[in-house]
Amino acid sequence: MTIRLQREDFDAAAEAAKIARGRTDIGAVVTFAGICRDHEGGAGVSALTLEHYPGMAEEEIARHVAEAEKRWPLLGVTVIHRYGRLVPGDNIVLVVTASAHREAAFSAAEFLMDYLKTRAPFWKQEERQQGKAWVDAKQSDDAAAGRWDRPRKRDAAE
Amino acid sequence: MSVKLLYFAWVRERIGRTEEVVDLPDAVRTVGDLVGWLAGRGEEYAHAFDNPKVVRAAIDRTHVRPDAAIAGAREIAFFPPMTGG
Repeated sequence: MTIRLQREDFDAAAEAAKIARGRTDIGAVVTFAGICRDHEGGAGVSALTLEHYPGMAEEEIARHVAEAEKRWPLLGVTVIHRYGRLVPGDNIVLVVTASAHREAAFSAAEFLMDYLKTRAPFWKQEERQQGKAWVDAKQSDDAAAGRWDRPRKRDAAE
Repeated sequence: MSVKLLYFAWVRERIGRTEEVVDLPDAVRTVGDLVGWLAGRGEEYAHAFDNPKVVRAAIDRTHVRPDAAIAGAREIAFFPPMTGG
């Protein structure tokens, strides 16, 4: 597993190639890149600054990756999350998952993104024409993460 | 107990500090107690915590709920809901 937090850009294709290099047991590689857009909810965004909690961000991402590896038979995972000031078109986050078959790679990538959106300690601040504004967490992101929750154990009485 | 507090995003902006070390009275036992104690320290703190349901907390870099005990914590962070990814 590779987890990196960095200001600098990443090369999604190169990271995907790295994960499978020299291996013949990997049959599926899924690559997701999150990119900074120039609009949000109808308003123009000229820049996005990502603040993060150093130390906790890496640890929290590592916990999610460990959970993904428990749930699916993964042969490799790479997560790269940038921080600092980004402009529309810039890469923000990369998730690469590798497995023998596609189901695990697709599901794990989606799981990791849903958790990154809601539990990784990063906070986005948008620059708009009227000034800077902190992005609000979305209920839809919480709902997306919630669908991966394990069902609770039933009480003996039930 | 003495503990380091960290603040992020608009919690940090409202309080006007990134971090501080505080000496807590024994009566402050949980994260919820700590939020109440902080809110009483001044207007900036009251403003940061005016909707206690919104502010999240982590003890020693792990997410915790408001009823979590703070005994033994080395660092406690307060922040808004996260918007990473």
